[in-house]
Amino acid sequence: MNAYGTGHLYGPARFEKAARVELAKPQLRENLRHATHTIRDRREEVVDEVPDWEQLRESGQAIKARVARQLPELLERFEAAAVEAGATVHWARDADEACRIVTGLVKDTGASEAVKIKSMTTQEINLNEALESAGIDAYETDLAELIVQLAEDKPSHILVPAIHYNREEIRDIFRQRMPGAADTLSDAPEELAEAARTHLRRRFLSARVAISGANFAVADTGTLVVVESEGNGRMCLTLPETLISVVGIDKLVPSFADLEVFLQLLPRSSTGERMNPYTSMWTGVTPGDGPQRTHIVLLDNGRSATLSDPVGRQALSCIRCSACLNVCPVYERAGGHAYGSVYPGPIGAIISPQLTGVGENASLPYASTLCGACNDVCPVKIDIADVLVHLRGRAVDAKRDTLSAERIAMRLLSWIMSDPRRYGRALRAARRGTAPLAALLGGRRTVRHLPWPLSAWTSSRDAPLPAAESFQEWWQRTRAEREQAQRGNPSKGETS
Amino acid sequence: MKTALFVTCVNDMVFPRTGIAVVNILERLGHQVEVPRQQTCCGQMHANTGYRDEAMPVIRHFVRTFQGYDAVVAPSGSCVAMVRTLYPRLVDSDPQLAAAVAELLPRTYELSEFLIDVLGVTDLGASFPHRVTYHPTCHGMRALRLGDRPLELLSHVRGLELVPLKGAEECCGFGGTFSVKNPAVSGAMLHDKCAAILDTGADYVLAADNSCLTHIGGGLRRRRAAPRTVHYAEVLAS
Ligand code: SF4
Repeated sequence: MNAYGTGHLYGPARFEKAARVELAKPQLRENLRHATHTIRDRREEVVDEVPDWEQLRESGQAIKARVARQLPELLERFEAAAVEAGATVHWARDADEACRIVTGLVKDTGASEAVKIKSMTTQEINLNEALESAGIDAYETDLAELIVQLAEDKPSHILVPAIHYNREEIRDIFRQRMPGAADTLSDAPEELAEAARTHLRRRFLSARVAISGANFAVADTGTLVVVESEGNGRMCLTLPETLISVVGIDKLVPSFADLEVFLQLLPRSSTGERMNPYTSMWTGVTPGDGPQRTHIVLLDNGRSATLSDPVGRQALSCIRCSACLNVCPVYERAGGHAYGSVYPGPIGAIISPQLTGVGENASLPYASTLCGACNDVCPVKIDIADVLVHLRGRAVDAKRDTLSAERIAMRLLSWIMSDPRRYGRALRAARRGTAPLAALLGGRRTVRHLPWPLSAWTSSRDAPLPAAESFQEWWQRTRAEREQAQRGNPSKGETS
Repeated sequence: MKTALFVTCVNDMVFPRTGIAVVNILERLGHQVEVPRQQTCCGQMHANTGYRDEAMPVIRHFVRTFQGYDAVVAPSGSCVAMVRTLYPRLVDSDPQLAAAVAELLPRTYELSEFLIDVLGVTDLGASFPHRVTYHPTCHGMRALRLGDRPLELLSHVRGLELVPLKGAEECCGFGGTFSVKNPAVSGAMLHDKCAAILDTGADYVLAADNSCLTHIGGGLRRRRAAPRTVHYAEVLAS
C-alpha cells in the first residue's frame, strides 16, 4: 500500500490552468473578495485586542512541534485512553481504507442514512461518495456544507465551504434543490437559515448514525473536540445512537490543558469571534447520555510521509483556521477550486503536495507570490512561505532527470551569474540583441509584445529593455574619469 | 567603515539610475562606497523557483565577493531578504560556507536600514516637489520588517506630497517567476494594484524594489496611465 494520501487532494488540471478558468467568473471574484475581506478585517480586530497573542502563537507552535516529535507515542496513548472510555479505535492508512471502515460501520448498524458534522477530513477522503455508492444517504448539517452538497459542488474554503456563492445564488440552490423549500423563499439570511433549519430538523430526529471529524484529539484522556458556530454539530453529537469520527493523526494534542491555547487561537483566527458558540467534547461513551457506540477512525493518508520531511512537517501543525486563505491575494482571485484539493489557499499549497507526494501536485507550491501575508496570520506560526520554497525545491529535484526548457535556462543563468566575466558578456549580448528593438522604439524603453516564453510577461504588462549603459559600466567610467582628473589636475598645473 | 554597494543584477542591467542614486546619497553624506567589480546576482530567482543546486554557485560567488566588507548595502528589499532569510538554510550542508554566511548576514543592509540604523540619518536634503504614493513591497515589509523606514526618509524630502495607497500591504502580483508561471493571477493582482495607484492621483509610485516596480510600471503603461514608477533611492538623491 502507498505511503502517500489518496482522495480529494488533487484536481485534474494544473493550478495555473484551473485558476484561469476561475478568474473568468466575475461574480465568483466579487463574492470571494467581499467574503475574505470581511473575515480578514474581523480577525484583525479581535486579534489586536489580545495582548499576549504572540506568546499564544508561540505556545501553539511549540505544542504542535512536540506532537510531531512524539506522535507515535501520543497516538498509542490516545488509543488506550479512548478504548478505556468505551470507544472503538480503528486505523486507516489512506482514504480508501478509511471509507471502507466507515461504510462498514454504518452498514453494521443497519441504518441507510447518516447525518454529518462539517469535517474537512471526511471531505478529504471523499466519504460522501463512498457512502452513496454503498447505498447510504449522508446529510450534511452545516449550512455551508449543505449548500455545497445540494449544489453537487465541492467545498472551496476550509471554514466556509460555500464562500464562492452569494445570497442570491444560495436562494436559487435552495429553491431548486432542497426538498420542501418554498418557491417564494427570499435571499434574507434569516429566511435561508430557517429553511435549512426546517429541512435539517427532520434529519436530526430520524438519524441513528452521525459522522464527524474532530478539531482536536486529547492523547491523555482520549477526548475528541469539535468546535462549531451553528449548533448543528451539537445535535449530531447528542441525538444519534452511533457516532463515527474520522480524525487525522495530526489532530492530536498531548493534554487537556493544551486546549486552553488552541481554543483561544482558533476562533479568533477563523471566524474572527472571541469565542466560538459551540465547543463539544466527548470521551468514549457516557452510559445513558449521548451516543452509546462511538468509533474513532485515525487517518494517516500521507501524514506520516509529511512528517518525514524536517522542513515540510510543520504543515501538520495546521489547525485549519483558514486565516491564511482569507489574507491570500492569490486565493482571493483564483478561488478554492483552482487548487484541486479540499485544502485550498496557502495551507493547501503546502499540505496537499506533501500528502500526495510532490510529483502529483507539482504546480501547487508555485501558486504563491511568496508575499508572506499567510505567515503573519498563522496562529501556529507555520512558515508557509519557507515551506513553499522548500517544496519547489523538492518538485524540481523530483524531475532532475528530465531536461526541460526551464531547467536549461536556469542552468545557463546559474553558469552566467556565477562568473563576472560571463555576466558582463551576457549583459552586452542582451543589449546588442535588443538594440534594433530599442532603435525602433526611439525614446521609449518598454516593449508591448515579446515572443514565447516571455509573452507570459507581456500578456499583462510592458517589458523593460536593458539600459544603454549599465550601472557597473557607469561606475568604471566615472571612477576612471575621476582618477584621471585627480591625477591630471596637478600635472596640468605644472605645465601651464 | 568599508562599505560595498551590491547594486543587484536587475538594477545593474535595467535601472542603473538607482545604483547611481545610492552612490550619490552615500557620497553626499561623506561616505566612501566601493562597488566590487566581481558582483553579479544573489541567486534569488534560482532559489525561489526551486533550483537549489543551480543557486549554489551564485550564492558562493556572492559570499566570496562581499566577504571582506564591514557593510554591504543594496537598494532592494527582495535581494537582501534572499540573503537574510534563505541563505542560511540553503548553505547549511556546507559548514565553511555557512560560517561565512553567518558573518555576512548581520552586515547586509537594505538602503533604508543602512541610512537610519547604521548612519543615523533621516534627512538627506532631497527635494522632490511631486505627488507620490508608496508601495511597501512584500519582502521589505514582511521578510525584512523595514516598517516605516523608507517613509521616514521620504517624509524629509522637500515638496514631496505622500498620498496613502489603499491596500498598500497587498502584494502587487509580481512574485518573481510567479509572474510568468501564473500570468493570469499575477495580472489580476496587478490590475487591482494599478487601480489603487490611479485612485491616489499620484504622479509617481515609489517602492524599494525595481523588480516589483517593473511589473507595476509595465501594468500602468499597458493602461496608458500617467503615474511613473521610481525607486525611492532616486527620490532621496534628488
Ligand atoms: S496554515 Fe495556519 S493560518 Fe492556515 S489554516 Fe492552518 S493554522 Fe490557519
